[in-house]
Amino acid sequence: MQQYILRRLIQMAFVLFLFSTVVFTVLRLVPGDPVAAQLGLEAGQEAYDQLRHEMGLDKPIYVQYMIWLGEISRGDFGTSWRSHQTAISLIQKRFPATIWLTLSAMTIGLLLSVPLGIVSGVRPRSALAHFATFFSLVGIALPSFWLGLMLLLTLSVSLRWLPPSGYISPLVDPVMGLKFLAMPSVTLGIGLAAPLTRFIRSGMLDVMNADYIRTARAKGLIDRLVIFRHALKNAMLSVVTIFGVLLGSLLGGSIITESVFNWPGIGTLLLQAIQQRDYGIVQGVVLFISLIFMTINLLVDLTYAYIDPRIRYQ
Amino acid sequence: MTNISKPLLEGDLQSQRDESRGVEFIKSTLRNRLAALGVLIVGLLILTAILAPWLAPYAPEVQFSSDARQPPSLQYLFGTDIIGRDNFSRILYGTRVSLLVGVASMVLAATSGVTIGLVAGYYGGRLDTVLMRTMDALLAFPAVLLAIFIISVLGPSLLNAILAVGIVYMPSFARLVRASAISIREKEYLESARAVGLSDIQIMSRVILLNSLSPIVVQFSLGVGYAILVEAGLSFLGLGVQPPTPAWGSMLGYGRNYMSIAPWLTAFPGLAIFVTVLGFNFVGDGLREALDPHMRRI
Repeated sequence: MQQYILRRLIQMAFVLFLFSTVVFTVLRLVPGDPVAAQLGLEAGQEAYDQLRHEMGLDKPIYVQYMIWLGEISRGDFGTSWRSHQTAISLIQKRFPATIWLTLSAMTIGLLLSVPLGIVSGVRPRSALAHFATFFSLVGIALPSFWLGLMLLLTLSVSLRWLPPSGYISPLVDPVMGLKFLAMPSVTLGIGLAAPLTRFIRSGMLDVMNADYIRTARAKGLIDRLVIFRHALKNAMLSVVTIFGVLLGSLLGGSIITESVFNWPGIGTLLLQAIQQRDYGIVQGVVLFISLIFMTINLLVDLTYAYIDPRIRYQ
Repeated sequence: MTNISKPLLEGDLQSQRDESRGVEFIKSTLRNRLAALGVLIVGLLILTAILAPWLAPYAPEVQFSSDARQPPSLQYLFGTDIIGRDNFSRILYGTRVSLLVGVASMVLAATSGVTIGLVAGYYGGRLDTVLMRTMDALLAFPAVLLAIFIISVLGPSLLNAILAVGIVYMPSFARLVRASAISIREKEYLESARAVGLSDIQIMSRVILLNSLSPIVVQFSLGVGYAILVEAGLSFLGLGVQPPTPAWGSMLGYGRNYMSIAPWLTAFPGLAIFVTVLGFNFVGDGLREALDPHMRRI
């Protein structure tokens, strides 16, 4: 097991290295001169050379690459070409908002999908099962930004129940914090619940027909026990994977939903950096997100071993 | 006489069986009511895209300045925007962008992904490792963010949106085809194909590809819906199709600034995206059920 984790960590480091190389190369190929973009048109040659030197762009490309690798391995993910703030400090400032949004969206997503998925898997012909099917079909096709805008339109513009955008940590001001969180997390939560419902439902359907469930029932176990102790645990196996992928993309900042509600998270940080062509921040955020995504993938694989003792990693 | 008629009879039976299998396939797809609805929606969308100039009451760029910001009415079915362009006509024309991006990006993803998957699965070894690790690296990043990153490098345009979505979706096809290539690599009929003297390329394209065609078709159909969603998201952020080309995503992005005074500008394009994606998903789900008997009870 330890060996497996070690191997995965080495693999992760390798992919991250690959990724950083690609990001480095690609961002140097982008058309446009970052120095000129910062200085404006009026600046003289001297100021230009000065800034170019400060940004390290006058060195040969392989030297720039070595410097960049050195910085990364020390945990320095780059510096803004505009504000001279480090990417890490900006990420630290923005990450709590994204974590809050992720946690509340996850809660809403699970509260909707787990009961719906279980009931429709166990009683596939019930009214609730039909509703679950309808819900997941609609939810998967629904563009999240449109859902968000429609919520804004009704709850904020027309009814004036909720503030249209903004953020304050629920730890600082719980009431306002939750009011700000409500619409973005419902938007994301529904987007999350739709595919999850589907997965839980098909996982339950598969398991409910299995021999050991029939045995458990034949033993005379009550339904609830069969469902929760025997079926659910096995059905969850496939759900964990999809859940991990969804969690990873949420923590990486759901750029579109964050943008709809002006949520000051990782997603909007990346979007602003792209719009301002601040590639120092872009590369830092991109690496940070891929690191999170890979860590969660690793945790998902380790969770497998916990849920299903048959799985042993070599 | 019997000698001649026997093979003929067998051939007849075979073609009859093929025919009934084809009919059965279409029937079982359409018997699924949702799939039939999906086919209807997609069919109507294709017609709309082709016939947009004849169906649209006005040209999409024409500005009726005196009729700016009109709510939906008989004259302007979906209202007009801030500079007086007909929302309904623009949505009809927007079908073209969505379908184009959806299909073109999936063609790109499928051709590149299938080729990579075939080569990796068939040859195995180090080539397989390199190719699939690259695919894994692409998957080691949330899809929408990867698309946004690619756009940020290439610059926003219709073509780059197609490219970005195609690249993002490529690993799914590669994994799918690689898995089926590996599963049939050791089968006997592959050996006989080699014995007959088929080249590697012939084996890959005729034997392996044909055997994994049905999951590819399903993936393609579901992928189109997904691609349309991603493109709409990109255009919504201003990173996709650029104005004045009417695209649903950018129309939504434009309309959000005027939500309190002209809510119809956000409501209708979003509805169009939703119905379109729903249509392609219905078709994809229906195809999956028809092609994969295992899925039928789910």
